[in-house]
Amino acid sequence: MLKTFPKGGVHPPENKISAGIPIEIMPLPEQVIIPVCQHLGAPAEPVVDKGDEVKAGQVIAQSKGFVSANIHSSVSGKVLKVDKMLDASGYKQTSIVINVQDDEWLDSVDRSNTLKKEISLTGEEIIKKCAEYGIVGMGGATFPSHVKLSIPPGKKCDVLIINGVECEPYLTSDHRLMLEKTEELLTGTTLLMKALGVSSALIGIENNKKDAIKKLEGLADKYEGISIHTLKVKYPQGAEKQLIKALINREVPSGGLPVDVGTVVHNVGTAYAVYEAIQKNKPLVERVITVSGKNMDKPINLLTRIGTPLSKLIEHAGGLPDNTAKVVNGGPMMGKALGSLEVPVTKGTSGIIIFSEEESHRNETGPCIRCTKCISICPMGLEPYLLMTLTEKELFDRAEKEKIMDCMECGSCSFTCPANRPLLDYIRLGKANVGKIIRERKQK
Amino acid sequence: MSSAVLITIISLSLLGITAALILYFVAQKFKVYEDPRIDQVEAALPGANCGGCGFAGCRNFAEALVKSETFEGLNCPVGGNETMEKVAKILGREAPEVEPRVAVIRCNGTHDNRKKTSHYDGALNCTIAHNLYGGDTDCPYGCLGLGECVDACDFGAMYMDNETGLPVVIDDKCVACGACVKACPRNIIELRKKARKDRKIYVSCVNKDKGGPARKACSVACIGCGKCEKVCNFDAITIENNLAFIDSDKCKLCRKCEPECPTGAILEINFPPRKTEQKKEPEKAEA
Amino acid sequence: MNKLLTVSPSPHEYSRESTKKLMYGVVIALVPAFLATIWFFGWAAIIVTAVSVVSCIIFEFLIQKFILRKKPAVSDGSAIVTGLLLAFCLPTNLHPGLVILGALVAIGIGKMTFGGLGNNPFNPALVGRVFLFLSFPVQMTTWPVPSGFKTSYTDAITGATPLSILNENYDKIAIDKVMADPGLAMPDYQQLFWGNTGGSLGEIAAFALILGLVYMLIRKIITWHIPVSILLTVTVFTGTLWLTNPEANADPLYHLMTGGLLLGAIFMATDYVTSPMSKKGMIVYGIGIGIITVLIRRFGAYPEGVQFAILIMNAFTPLINIYLKPSRFGEEVKNG
Repeated sequence: MLKTFPKGGVHPPENKISAGIPIEIMPLPEQVIIPVCQHLGAPAEPVVDKGDEVKAGQVIAQSKGFVSANIHSSVSGKVLKVDKMLDASGYKQTSIVINVQDDEWLDSVDRSNTLKKEISLTGEEIIKKCAEYGIVGMGGATFPSHVKLSIPPGKKCDVLIINGVECEPYLTSDHRLMLEKTEELLTGTTLLMKALGVSSALIGIENNKKDAIKKLEGLADKYEGISIHTLKVKYPQGAEKQLIKALINREVPSGGLPVDVGTVVHNVGTAYAVYEAIQKNKPLVERVITVSGKNMDKPINLLTRIGTPLSKLIEHAGGLPDNTAKVVNGGPMMGKALGSLEVPVTKGTSGIIIFSEEESHRNETGPCIRCTKCISICPMGLEPYLLMTLTEKELFDRAEKEKIMDCMECGSCSFTCPANRPLLDYIRLGKANVGKIIRERKQK
Repeated sequence: MSSAVLITIISLSLLGITAALILYFVAQKFKVYEDPRIDQVEAALPGANCGGCGFAGCRNFAEALVKSETFEGLNCPVGGNETMEKVAKILGREAPEVEPRVAVIRCNGTHDNRKKTSHYDGALNCTIAHNLYGGDTDCPYGCLGLGECVDACDFGAMYMDNETGLPVVIDDKCVACGACVKACPRNIIELRKKARKDRKIYVSCVNKDKGGPARKACSVACIGCGKCEKVCNFDAITIENNLAFIDSDKCKLCRKCEPECPTGAILEINFPPRKTEQKKEPEKAEA
Repeated sequence: MNKLLTVSPSPHEYSRESTKKLMYGVVIALVPAFLATIWFFGWAAIIVTAVSVVSCIIFEFLIQKFILRKKPAVSDGSAIVTGLLLAFCLPTNLHPGLVILGALVAIGIGKMTFGGLGNNPFNPALVGRVFLFLSFPVQMTTWPVPSGFKTSYTDAITGATPLSILNENYDKIAIDKVMADPGLAMPDYQQLFWGNTGGSLGEIAAFALILGLVYMLIRKIITWHIPVSILLTVTVFTGTLWLTNPEANADPLYHLMTGGLLLGAIFMATDYVTSPMSKKGMIVYGIGIGIITVLIRRFGAYPEGVQFAILIMNAFTPLINIYLKPSRFGEEVKNG
């Protein structure tokens, strides 16, 4: 019996079309747009100006405060401007636009492909280097990794969990990373273990990546303390609370963090970025992105420089099919639909999915028939039908009591509802309002 | 009468009287003393319970009025000065004159002026769309046209014009309660001082982008050029964040600024036509 | 690309499940019971069912279009389900006028006055049924004896049902003697299982109803919680009564297979709109229905108690929804 999380979950069709496509290197674009806030926390402050020449790997924006991250240039060239540019959020933010010239890197960066396993830094030095090199969570949340690795006083961490689940349909970048950069990944995991001061790491991976499981299991023996665990295919297995419950049977308390139950979760992409940063002195300036969709000519996994316009990625993958209606940044369950393709790749971009008119149209909304399906599938044990009604009626105090803030916006409820009710649309609105009420209460 | 009927009448009457006595004594014992003026003031209020005064309903407002020493910060926008004078008489105080206001939609991004650049298919709620992205045009500040303000209006003073895609305020019905102002996630609606004959002059734009992108997104956007500010003799116009703002408390409706605007962002409503200058009239969202 | 991109909030993948599919799934689950009933009652069954279903659809359409002035949503199939379930708890010789009246009360009062689909607190079919039962007690308690297609619609030969015989004889004559009395002709388990007994349209064939339950469970239209908790409670309660005093009570298996218990437990109590939302709530609801049903059957004036039991527990559903919430993730840890 494969391990899984006991409460809720749905089974969207996997559509891992690009799972067998090896990672291809995306050619350099002519211009990159690098936003200064690609992470959770305070935006970084630009330290370059119009006309400056930059090299790949160079710091171009400095982190502001503890919960922030450095931004590095992913290309070499000349800064065209520092201006507000549209990004994938649908709004504009301060970005550094660079016209690309050649591909020169900082001398300190080791661009060779040889595996470097020896670790010469202490745990604290590893955390410091992660901060310097702008490492953030690559699973999509983009939380600055050095903050996550700094265990607050009074809390303990006894096990590291590496998230290789990739439960969203279509996305395969983590899968390919686990297959093609296996030992780098395991070294990165060892680095993270050292940073946290733990002796065991569990890599969780879903059962639909059998080749990756086999390769990891074969090589994990060479690395001390690392074990591979196969999990049942169910969405959202990759959500950290559900992953922790499935692997070590601990429940993160409501409003709490994984460190409250003695663990820290990092994505495989993050572990790989940590390896590159610590062992190769390479800041986080590129990542693997899946470009996929049922109607795409060439579904593909591309190693892309941060700042590359998404339109260029889609061009490289064969162009937009004629019947395209929706382009999603991320996976189909939690990703964000784009209004424009002239937005850049950022540290949190995991994939681009192209949907046709037929796949993306929403059916007409009907009244709630109280079928309880939304309750059965909610992984957090909430009642989405009730949270939507409370939000519509602006009963935010009651919504807070019904634990609306526990919602992780996984989308399982809207996915399932037979009456096509926009449950998550309203729950998000409710969360925004309840969040405001909580902040105002704290200020008093 | 048979004894059964007699007994019934007597016993039920006794029961009734006993119950009435118990109720009377309990009501007296647990009576909550309330200033009788609260009832009087409440009767003088419009009774719409719209929350425009900032309190939870007319009774709540009446309590606040009776409790407070002055009328500072206490005003019923629905009843207006007439109502506040009535209340003042009941409480034996002076009611300050408050100038009436009206809600104004500060966006003229009609379907013709502002091109659509994407198709929104989410729930029909402005806040949801606003939280999702900049909107289905290239102006991330402009009206989303989903009618949350119209839904919020308790007085039937607003409707959505399907041809322009913008909400319309019916001046006669608007009581300036502020519900639509609160409802709009983009602070597009403003309560401006009401002038005679419902005349208005205002900048129908809240776009804070630089002139170039603002104009590209919408042909009647304010580009923050400052020409209007230069001609205003009453210091009513300020330019901040690439956006001009006409203060309705200072504006004397002299109409000097309107022809200066190169994009037609300044709208003058309910004025007689000008005798000079054949200026091209932009598409207006007429009230 | 000339067309504009569509933007909507996540998720962008949909299960494409629909209210219509669920309702038609229930209709399919009712087909075995319908076929069994036609076998035993012939044309009468078809006429009553048809009149009920058509009336429900027409009333819902008319009320939605002309009184509520909303877009008629009859195609979602819920009126058809109400029509079928109402028909299935009526005697096969019921006058069509009464059937239509029942449909009007079920849809008009039981469903539409509350705002339509999703808003009614009481099971509409049962509201219609109980209305007819209380207003026309004679017509609603004359049960035709099953004679296949020979059963007349208008002049059926009627007889007592097993439950009504039991009800008459409780605390008067020993029940085991009643069961064995050839004059009373109490059906045996086989007859009850296959349906060769008196009763309403849908309640007679136990096997057909169980087939429907299995179908709905496989298609995930309902979960096991409500039917199982009702039937288990009835088994335990009647079992206790029978074990303590076997001469005065019928055995649990008999209780399970007679009357409208199976129809009620499988199709009526599991109505989405009127049943609780959490699994804990569903079990408490089911236990309540089981207890009240047996109380009415054994100690109350009426021979059958399922209809009242379900309506009474429907009234408790909002309270159950407030107090019995699903367990939240991370809650026990916080409290423990």
